Amino acid sequence: MSDLLVAMEGIERSFPGVHALDQCRFDLRAGEVHALVGENGAGKSTLMKVLAGVHQKDAGRIQVMGREVEIETPRAAQALGISMIHQELNLMPHLTVAQNIFIGHEPRRRPRFLLDEGALDDKARELLDRLHLRIDPRARVSDLSVAVQQMVEIAKALSLSSRVLIMDEPTAALTEAEIADLFRIIRDLSAKGVGVVHISHRLEELPRISDRITVMRDGRTIDTLATAGASIDHIIRLMVGRTIYESAPEIPDLHDHEVALEVRHLSRGRAVRDVSFSLRRGEILGFAGLVGAGRTEVARAIFGADPLDAGEILVRGEKVAIRSPRDAVRHGIAYLSEDRKRYGLALGMDVETNIVLATLRRFVSLGLGWINTAGTRATARRHVDGLRIRTPSVQQKAKNLSGGNQQKLVIGKWLTADTDILLFDEPTRGIDVGAKSEIYRLLNELAAQGKAIVMISSELPEVLRMSHRIIVMCEGRVTAELAGGADQEEVMKYATQRSDPALAANPPSATASP
Amino acid sequence: MDQPPAQPDRPPGARRALLRSNAIQTLLAFGALIVMLVVFSLASPNFLQFDNIVGILLATAVNGVLAIGVTFVIIAGGIDLSIGTVMTLSAVMTGVVVTNWHQPVLLGVVAGLLTGTAAGALNGVVISRFKVPPFIATLGMLNVAKGLALVISDLRPIYFTDTPSFNEMAMGSALGAITGLDVPNLVIFLFGAALIAGLVLKKTILGRYTFAIGSNEEATRLSGVSVNLWKTVVYGVSGLFAGLAGVLIAARLDSAQPSLGLGYELDAIAAAVIGGTSLSGGEGTILGTVIGAFVISILTNGLRILSVPQEWQTVVTGAIVVLAVYLDIVRRRRQEQA
Repeated sequence: MSDLLVAMEGIERSFPGVHALDQCRFDLRAGEVHALVGENGAGKSTLMKVLAGVHQKDAGRIQVMGREVEIETPRAAQALGISMIHQELNLMPHLTVAQNIFIGHEPRRRPRFLLDEGALDDKARELLDRLHLRIDPRARVSDLSVAVQQMVEIAKALSLSSRVLIMDEPTAALTEAEIADLFRIIRDLSAKGVGVVHISHRLEELPRISDRITVMRDGRTIDTLATAGASIDHIIRLMVGRTIYESAPEIPDLHDHEVALEVRHLSRGRAVRDVSFSLRRGEILGFAGLVGAGRTEVARAIFGADPLDAGEILVRGEKVAIRSPRDAVRHGIAYLSEDRKRYGLALGMDVETNIVLATLRRFVSLGLGWINTAGTRATARRHVDGLRIRTPSVQQKAKNLSGGNQQKLVIGKWLTADTDILLFDEPTRGIDVGAKSEIYRLLNELAAQGKAIVMISSELPEVLRMSHRIIVMCEGRVTAELAGGADQEEVMKYATQRSDPALAANPPSATASP
Repeated sequence: MDQPPAQPDRPPGARRALLRSNAIQTLLAFGALIVMLVVFSLASPNFLQFDNIVGILLATAVNGVLAIGVTFVIIAGGIDLSIGTVMTLSAVMTGVVVTNWHQPVLLGVVAGLLTGTAAGALNGVVISRFKVPPFIATLGMLNVAKGLALVISDLRPIYFTDTPSFNEMAMGSALGAITGLDVPNLVIFLFGAALIAGLVLKKTILGRYTFAIGSNEEATRLSGVSVNLWKTVVYGVSGLFAGLAGVLIAARLDSAQPSLGLGYELDAIAAAVIGGTSLSGGEGTILGTVIGAFVISILTNGLRILSVPQEWQTVVTGAIVVLAVYLDIVRRRRQEQA
């Protein structure tokens, strides 16, 4: 084991209210690419931040090249040859590429406080050449694309002659071609003996790049296995620790259920063209289609977020006029945006406030504007329990919750508002596999309680698994209405059924998931 | 393996470079300066008189020096509201050493500079080490310095009547002795300070870290730079310049006025912002700040020559600052869309 670069054992780390790392271990050999996988919040980034000196361990041992070390600052980690490229890009946008690469160890001349700008650019160019990157060292970082910025980060890490390079989800924002570039660089590095830790969510890319895989779950190291011979299914099982997908939907008989929402001849510009459908209480109606098919636009039009050109909306059999989201909420309609961070939550505020945000008036004593905090707290607690939102308390800030729990928080908000027609737009986007199944279960429970649910999703398997009925859209029109459990090919056929025959001959190459 | 991979997707064209840099705002400020010069000199024959020009230069000197110091802090993404009263405290300190203790003028100057630097560095420690927001920390220092100046001076101005060389330092004219152009030394101090500050910002490690911290503090920290130390230094620099301004204003007035100073910080910050220093950090130049300082003093001077009441001068200056910040925001937004 002489080629062991890093050995971590019994690592412990707690944050207020969270036991983030629990007896974690991890090791890295020279010249290997070691993938670190796990759900959001499993502790991957935290463990690596301990190694990179960003966080301090509470207990445990770290050995670097056989020597036991304490890594208390990023600088100490750098001195040991450990660099980390963080998930959110860590560059100074106002500085040039060269200035970024050598930040903290700029070439200087005499007297020592003077910078040597010429040497800086030369050394940067040399380093970029070595990586076969054609980037102008004097370009300003804010002018570069995310992919190029990623490469600059790598160059920056290598300028320290690192022997250990940690990359936290480097491929998350990259296109396929850019990923290929990145992987080429990673392979070059490992060929030179650098040990690379690759934290990733994209399991399908692991066989292409990694030698070993370590799985983490709930702050613990679950297992380390060789990539060769490990199946993705097995890794997912290790990550989740339970079976994830529920089987095909049981389609309830809804004939005697009241029609909660009916839409007739809805039109809005080119995005929504003559859309009609009905939705019963207790029903989950899936909306399938390619990105840009007009599904979100239909939901926004029903919700009053965008004005209609034509058409009528009936709620519980009565024709209603919805001119604003406020009208929609009054009629019991809620829209859960695909971008919940932007449109669904006050991220900096706590769980309690978020849950009662849409219904705050109800908790205000008349005249005084005084908020009944006991009431808001009780309501928040009820939903946290009912929806199984995982949070240390209702005082936790929304931004500290995982994606799945944030989604539940938005659901809680609308349940508080007594809405019973719920329009979900991409409810599982950006949520990891384990939390997805919880959202699915929640949707089923809500339907069983008599809520009427629209689920827009670009993940076809998800639509097929969840929906009692499926509406397929293409270019703003409804091209088919299928029973739940329809097969994938059939849905895809209608999702690409263009009105213009010339275009129909050339179906788009994109698949249902973007 | 040898094909060229990633390339900058947007080659930085000249137009783009101009758009994104604060050069355009500096240019705007410079344009405003020219326009004002033309308008005021047409409006009043007195404006371009030598004495009036010297008056403008003198009025700019103290505010300019303060503004240069605070430019460092603003580029680093902070703010320093204490510079006005720290200036006063430094002036009083110089007065105490020179007049009350009968020490040499040079020692008094050093005491003034040290006082300013110490106050600034203390700001820096409170902000970086104790994580007190800069606005609050320096607001506190504003009051501390104001109070201390009054305590030390015993509420009375300190005069430098025994040491005429002190006043000579600011109001004498070394340039006049050499070239015959009778420009007071105070002006030389302003441009000297600007030159040095400009070089520090462009050419030294301190300047680089000032920009880096203002651009992305967390990234700078994760790069292994001791952000706490450098922030302390940056606030120390702001304090040093406030100390210099204190020495200069005391020399010019031939007295340390303990009740002066409040409001100077806002003019200085305004000068930096008008000159293109971004209040969100990461951008700014000393040249811009000096131009900004001249915009303010020429505006004030011109309005006074046109007999606009003092109250209205203040209103106009306030509006100009908001306009400058608004232009900065517009530019930034366009930059994001580009």
